[in-house]
Amino acid sequence: MDSYNAPESTPSASSRPEDYFIGATPLQKRLESVRKQSSFIPTPPRRKIPQCSQLQEDVDPQKVALLLHKQWTLYSLTPLYKFSYSNLKEYSRLLNAFIVAEKQKGLAVEVGEDFNIKVIFSTLLGMKGTQRDPEAFLVQGLILSPRLEYSGTILVDCNLCLLGSSDPSTLAFQVAGTAGACHHTRIVSKSQLPSENREGKVLWTGWFCCIFGDSLLETVSEDFTCLPLFLANGAESNTAIIGTWFQKTFDCYFSPLAINAFNLSWMAAMWTACKMDHYVATTEFLWSVPCSPQSLDISFAIHPEDAKALWDSVHKTPGEVTQEEVDLFMDCLYSHFHRHFKIHLSATRLVRVSTSVASAHTDGKIKILCHKYLIGVLAYLTELAIFQIE
Amino acid sequence: MSPQKRFKNVQAQNRTSQGSSSFQTTLSAWKVKQDPSNSKNISKHGQNNPVGDYEHADDQAEEDALQMAVGYFEKGPIKASQNKDKTLEKHLKTVENVAWKNGLASEEIDILLNIALSGKFGNAVNTRILKCIIPATVISEDSVVKAVSWLCVGKCSGSTKVLFYRWLVAMFDFIDRKEQINLLYGFFFASLQDDALCPYVCHLLYLLTKKENVKPFRVRKLLDLQAKMGMQPHLQALLSLYKFFAPALISVSLPVRKKIYFKNSENLWKTALLAVKQRNRGPSPEPLKLMLGPANVRPLKRKWNSLSVIPVLNSSSYTKECGKKEMSLSDCLNRSGSFPLEQLQSFPQLLQNIHCLELPSQMGSVLNNSLLLHYINCVRDEPVLLRFYYWLSQTLQEECIWYKVNNYEHGKEFTNFLDTIIRAECFLQEGFYSCEAFLYKSLPLWDGLCCRSQFLQLVSWIPFSSFSEVKPLLFDHLAQLFFTSTIYFKCSVLQSLKELLQNWLLWLSMDIHMKPVTNSPLETTLGGSMNSVSKLIHYVGWLSTTAMRLESNSTFLLHFILDFYEKVCDIYINYNLPLVVLFPPGIFYSALLSLDTSILNQLCFIMHRYRKNLTAAKKNELVQKTKSEFNFSSKTYQEFNHYLTSMVGCLWTSKPFGKGIYVDPEILEKTGVAEYKNSLNVVHHPSFLSYAVSFLLQESPEERTVNVSSIRGKKWSWYLDYLFSQGLQGLKLFIRSSVHHVPRAEGINCNNQY
Repeated sequence: MDSYNAPESTPSASSRPEDYFIGATPLQKRLESVRKQSSFIPTPPRRKIPQCSQLQEDVDPQKVALLLHKQWTLYSLTPLYKFSYSNLKEYSRLLNAFIVAEKQKGLAVEVGEDFNIKVIFSTLLGMKGTQRDPEAFLVQGLILSPRLEYSGTILVDCNLCLLGSSDPSTLAFQVAGTAGACHHTRIVSKSQLPSENREGKVLWTGWFCCIFGDSLLETVSEDFTCLPLFLANGAESNTAIIGTWFQKTFDCYFSPLAINAFNLSWMAAMWTACKMDHYVATTEFLWSVPCSPQSLDISFAIHPEDAKALWDSVHKTPGEVTQEEVDLFMDCLYSHFHRHFKIHLSATRLVRVSTSVASAHTDGKIKILCHKYLIGVLAYLTELAIFQIE
Repeated sequence: MSPQKRFKNVQAQNRTSQGSSSFQTTLSAWKVKQDPSNSKNISKHGQNNPVGDYEHADDQAEEDALQMAVGYFEKGPIKASQNKDKTLEKHLKTVENVAWKNGLASEEIDILLNIALSGKFGNAVNTRILKCIIPATVISEDSVVKAVSWLCVGKCSGSTKVLFYRWLVAMFDFIDRKEQINLLYGFFFASLQDDALCPYVCHLLYLLTKKENVKPFRVRKLLDLQAKMGMQPHLQALLSLYKFFAPALISVSLPVRKKIYFKNSENLWKTALLAVKQRNRGPSPEPLKLMLGPANVRPLKRKWNSLSVIPVLNSSSYTKECGKKEMSLSDCLNRSGSFPLEQLQSFPQLLQNIHCLELPSQMGSVLNNSLLLHYINCVRDEPVLLRFYYWLSQTLQEECIWYKVNNYEHGKEFTNFLDTIIRAECFLQEGFYSCEAFLYKSLPLWDGLCCRSQFLQLVSWIPFSSFSEVKPLLFDHLAQLFFTSTIYFKCSVLQSLKELLQNWLLWLSMDIHMKPVTNSPLETTLGGSMNSVSKLIHYVGWLSTTAMRLESNSTFLLHFILDFYEKVCDIYINYNLPLVVLFPPGIFYSALLSLDTSILNQLCFIMHRYRKNLTAAKKNELVQKTKSEFNFSSKTYQEFNHYLTSMVGCLWTSKPFGKGIYVDPEILEKTGVAEYKNSLNVVHHPSFLSYAVSFLLQESPEERTVNVSSIRGKKWSWYLDYLFSQGLQGLKLFIRSSVHHVPRAEGINCNNQY
């Protein structure tokens, strides 16, 4: 699909009506938006109910499968400086060497050498809200099994025919150089061979995306790539290493993205509002009561269809969710709970919401279950991430 | 130079040409011959000559002995001689003594190096010679190159080689040029193979390596060595230097704790090195050494973002290298001409290279580098500013201890970080946008205690902008804290608002005179800017009036308020901005009726300055009638006159409640004060009464009862002189300017003609 070429083919960024800000530098625009944000209620009072997006149809289903049903830790990320999609191979080489060097502190490694850890960068085509959103991309850290020479020889073979060279030293170098290039084929081969043990185990996955990030895109120049939402799965120490590399290389800044109770209730309402063919999980809320010595957790599970029925009863504006509706929805839950247990939930803190669409924890953990509403969920998370970096 | 000296130099020159040499004078002569461009050395020796004259006899003897010794070594060991050892020992002693005392001239070093490495004498002698090769000032590059060539012949033993490398590392800074030596890079690199030499060669290479020396094959060679020898600190250091120059080829992360990477080669020559450094004090520039920083990843949970909050300065070669394949010709040219940050040491360097500066890979690192702060300050390059903006806003937000719950254990770190930012802002005399945004976000959550002084200083550096826009975001929140906190908090808020006003005024006055593109998108006209400033002043007026009520007219608070107005009253003259705003009555009358003399004195001073400013404004208006936009309304003048009348009425004419403050006579009678009329003049005013009494006591110390009312007529002016002599300068200025003194109290002429 040509959506991959979209960023290059739409030079509309310059032709957009910007007369409103004429003469103002991006920094001042920034400040303006910060002022606007701080002076009003932090979030706009109405949002669209997530819909299945057209662009999302283009996403490689195998890659989407990688993103679903996994717990992701959320980070917000400031725009990447001088990031280029054409250099992904080079980045994976550098990051690979960086990780290995960090893992074996003090021991130098050659960039491009074959390690038992392998980093693969790949784009997530079509993972965007509008054509203007930059392409999302995925970074995977694989740990190769000890029987690495097997997969290694496959690569060497294909390089041998390419180079026609028999000098072992240049060979090693070339193999390293082309390893990144093969990643697409390798992923395909992975699916062809179900027993992909020798391919290596995915140790860490992270992806960068921007879904409907217009408000951020408007305020930065073309040297920057805005991917404000970063999701990581894997050991935090790995996230730290990889994050540090990105921070050093692209002068960006990662900060953990927590979701407060206010946003969680929005998520609860929006995700309940999604039309589902069949429900895979119950709708569940978790409140935490801060009391010593141990905090008390209150879990409240509702049958998803009941939740939907409740939502339909408070829902007024078609296709949209408003602040009043969210408040009303939550109030109904609270009063129902109070009627039965005589506990005022509004006095406690909402820490987790899980629905059939996705589940979110206040610590900034998310798990997306429904393929159809992936973009919708990410759009809201992008909005939160942008709010945090502005 | 005196004729005698010139003669001596000629002599010296002759001697050098004959092949023998002496130190001190000959060195300068040699220098003249060899390197006429090197004027610094010549002049230096010129200065040294007078001293040399006094010690001439001693030196001469030493010199001759040294000549003989060097000559002896040059000829080589004489086989037949019976007392060979004795002579050798004597000459060695001579050389050692001179070397450790004064150092050796570079041509003597040349000869001795030659001897030590050629293996003419035994190992022990070679060692002793090498140990005492200490330069008087510099070592010529040629001798080092020659010496290295001896290493290839294989005539010297392993231990001599090691010693030579140690010597080379220790003396590296004193070698006059290094280009030739750098050409031998490959030779040195090959010597890494030798296990005994490896640590020292590593150190030498560490000092010698330039970017162009880093080649893929060398990287691989080093990695092979690493594989063979394991994690050696000297190898680590060299590798990390390679990584620094070629991050696309190699990656290494140094352990956090490691501090020492090289065996100390300098030990042998420690004192001598110090002496040479002292001799060279002037011209030798500090050698450039790259810092080996530990890696920046912190594997700690939660806070991996920061080892230290501010990133380490590093050129952005990383990102550039990444796009290697598509690098255009212009990029290549740019790169060769770009100036690496690590070499940036001085302001002139910055000015010369400002067009081709390699920017740091992480913009946040400029915060610790004053030179780059200059750069940030004048650069109009949006990406640079945006990168800095993003980094600073995110770091502030992340580090802020009250913005996120349970972040309190890092309080100290955050305070230090804020201090660094404030230092940078003071240095640049300019606030950062990120800090402003941070204040908007965090002020509503601030408890008013945490990092108070830092936080309020940040407030004072808010860049100039429209007051009505900033007010709901900032000042309204600040006001809540202000009214509910202690008097000390109130005072510090007023203090920081005073600084804010000053910063805004400075910025505006610069702006008016330089007329650049106005930085704020909203306040494009001067009128708008003035409006904003006057709103700020009125706001502070409102704050202070209310605070005075809350703190029941505390003198302490009033001091801070008047400090603020001391800035306000002088805007027209000091900053050349068309603005005069008077203080609110609540402040004026509190100050006028204060029991504290210094308050009253300050009030007098402020009134005097207001008068000056208004007079100047009036004069200007008369001169240029065109600039009508900024004419002060007659209301300002009326207000001022009203205050002035009250003040003169109280302090001078003893008609306090007539014109200025109007109090119903009936009420005054009810108070029961008999002579209320003069009860507020300079004599009877409660804050002056003590002065009046001590004045009278000074006049007639034996008097039992004093009658302050007796101060009138001539005594009145004596009394005034007494007051002025007590340091009441404000009062003096006020009375001199506003009261045309006629010895009788009634003869007052107030200038009310504005």
